[in-house]
Amino acid sequence: MQGAIDSTPDTIAVEEFQPSEHHDFRVLGLITFLCSEFLMFAGFFVLFLVFRAEAAAWPPEETEVELLLPAINTVILVASSFVIHLGDTAVKQGDVKGLRKWYILTVAMGATFLVGQVYEYLTLGYGLTTNLFSNCFYLLTGFHGLHVFIGLLLMLGVLWRSRREGHYGTEHHTGVEMAEIYWHFVDVVWIILFSLIYLLTLI
Amino acid sequence: MAQANITSDMVGQSFPHPDEWKWYHYFTFNIDHKVIGIQYLVTAFFFYLVGGVMALVMRSELATPSADLVDPNFYNAMLTNHGTIMIFFWIVPAAIGGFGNYLVPLMIGARDMAFPKLNALAFWITVPAGLMIIGSLFFGGAQAGWTSYPPLSRITANTAQSMWILAIILVGTSSIMGAVNFLVTIWKMRVPSLKWDQLPLFCWAMVATSILALFSTPVLAAGLTLLLFDINFGTSFFDPDKGGDVVMYQHLFWFYSHPAVYLMILPIFGIMSEVIPVHARKPIFGYKAIAYSSLAICLVGLFVWVHHMFTSGTPPWMRMFFTVSTLIVSVPTGVKIFSWVATLWGGKIRLNSAMLFAIGLLAMFVLGGLSGVTLGTAPVDIHVHDTYYVVAHFHYVLFGGSVFGLYAGLYHWFPKMTGRMMNEPLGKLHFVMTFIGTNLTFLPMHELGLKGMPRRVAMYDPQFQYINIICTIGAFLLGLSVLPFIINAVWSWRNGPKASGNPWNAKTLEWTTASPPIIENWNVLPVVTEGPYEYGHDPAEVSSS
Repeated sequence: MQGAIDSTPDTIAVEEFQPSEHHDFRVLGLITFLCSEFLMFAGFFVLFLVFRAEAAAWPPEETEVELLLPAINTVILVASSFVIHLGDTAVKQGDVKGLRKWYILTVAMGATFLVGQVYEYLTLGYGLTTNLFSNCFYLLTGFHGLHVFIGLLLMLGVLWRSRREGHYGTEHHTGVEMAEIYWHFVDVVWIILFSLIYLLTLI
Repeated sequence: MAQANITSDMVGQSFPHPDEWKWYHYFTFNIDHKVIGIQYLVTAFFFYLVGGVMALVMRSELATPSADLVDPNFYNAMLTNHGTIMIFFWIVPAAIGGFGNYLVPLMIGARDMAFPKLNALAFWITVPAGLMIIGSLFFGGAQAGWTSYPPLSRITANTAQSMWILAIILVGTSSIMGAVNFLVTIWKMRVPSLKWDQLPLFCWAMVATSILALFSTPVLAAGLTLLLFDINFGTSFFDPDKGGDVVMYQHLFWFYSHPAVYLMILPIFGIMSEVIPVHARKPIFGYKAIAYSSLAICLVGLFVWVHHMFTSGTPPWMRMFFTVSTLIVSVPTGVKIFSWVATLWGGKIRLNSAMLFAIGLLAMFVLGGLSGVTLGTAPVDIHVHDTYYVVAHFHYVLFGGSVFGLYAGLYHWFPKMTGRMMNEPLGKLHFVMTFIGTNLTFLPMHELGLKGMPRRVAMYDPQFQYINIICTIGAFLLGLSVLPFIINAVWSWRNGPKASGNPWNAKTLEWTTASPPIIENWNVLPVVTEGPYEYGHDPAEVSSS
């Protein structure tokens, strides 16, 4: 593999690595990272299912879950995944105003989700240490809530940067795209989590 | 190599930098992959010495059957942190962070990693992690072994144990960042003329390693997070009294920590596949077999973890399944071993320090692999579980394997990294001392284990003392063996004879640039015209044989 150097092929090799192209790797990097992050949730999910299988009653009597509020929350979060995509579509057509509008709406929906989550915590009547189920309940929803919060920060970051004229446009929107991918991830994890913690109690 | 006069603007220079790095640049948040590689290597070597001192404390204690030198609790802290430091702060960062970062971009003809800042961040978060591990010793040190099984880890030295957990989570985060970086880099940043079937085998090994790190590390983080909550926030995930399950911790732990064994050996296999053909002057035997066997190890390696838990009340079907999968995973490893032996066969072998360590690795790793096959079989494992037989096995694999490989890599790429040649007689002295020391320390441990001496205890039955003294002498010889290496490395770095760009006459791309490489690696990117291991075709070399 000795580098045989003559002047013509070198320029071909050189052209391949322009900084503008380099940026696209970030989306790939984020997706790779999210695969990894998903495995952490998967670890928690498996543990939850094992505990459920081993327990006499799951959830135990004094720690029933509420269903209505989380269901509304689920609708909001799933809907926000569509809303954020509208923002992404807008910026790809060069419509930064549309991007801002849809991202602000997504942030509002995400924040509503978090507020609803905190309200649920306050009204449940049991805490982190009550029993094994409540351990799992608070850990899983809390860890997911942390991811929602980080997603909000990412979107706020996008909104902050979008104030600058020409920062995002039809060609440059990697940051927008990354925030969206991350938000979809948060959404997918929530659907699994909602099924495991809430819906499985109905069976 | 000829270099056309192209200004840096024309080659997509990405960040402003001086013409060359000064010593103080190595102490900063530097985004050059070569600086980061050396930062990893030097930091890891420092921790190797720390972990080595801990080993010597343990071996000194074990020179006599009673616990007379150090307090047994302190002994437990030593064994826990020796294991932790050697794994998470020496072998993993040196092999993956050090060699991976230094070599991968050079081998694929890239100017840097795909995410240089993430790369620097990954290095710098290992620094607080290391400080936390050392700091935990002032709080009594974590004492539950590097596996930190509850209930022991829930009830001993809570502060130190929590610091230990945080440190491991930090290192794990760094490892995931690295894995993302390696995968995207190798996938996307190869110089266009470099095809997948010309990719150096070290890069193939890094692909497999990164996939493993990516999928297994987060599961460990999950388990450790729960343990942290158990210790500090009153949860009961691993408290059987309240419905928790201690065995689930073991599953989460070993789902990472068995693949971690491959994290520690796959990059070393990569180093072997580079060092052996260069110094045997022959094309590597079975390029595709070695490349794909890395991926096979990575895949099968994710499904063998329960062989660490045969005595944890594992149901028979699980024992059967994981015995079989464990025996299967030894097949791709065997493929590599035979390929290297076949590469050596009939080669014009240069017995320099790098090659000596590589051949030493072959011998030691086969021994460790064979004892591994016996341990992977449930009936034998139940007999020798948690005895010195296990200690002997994994030291043959991790010391005789990984550490020998790291030394081989250091001798091989030292000229590239520093621009200086190392001293060969000192290197050979280093090898002889290490080789004798390793076997003197760890070979007798097989017998200790088969006779039933339990590991991880400061005291033992007096009948074992004779063999233990041999092990202790061997350990001190190993400790001394580091001296010729340090003297050699420091002296050669300053005063060694200057190395040319390609002192070994090797064919992979890192040897096409200067030693040490310029910042951004090449003025003009090299063009790949032949495979990475096409040795023995040079008429001058053939005729001289």
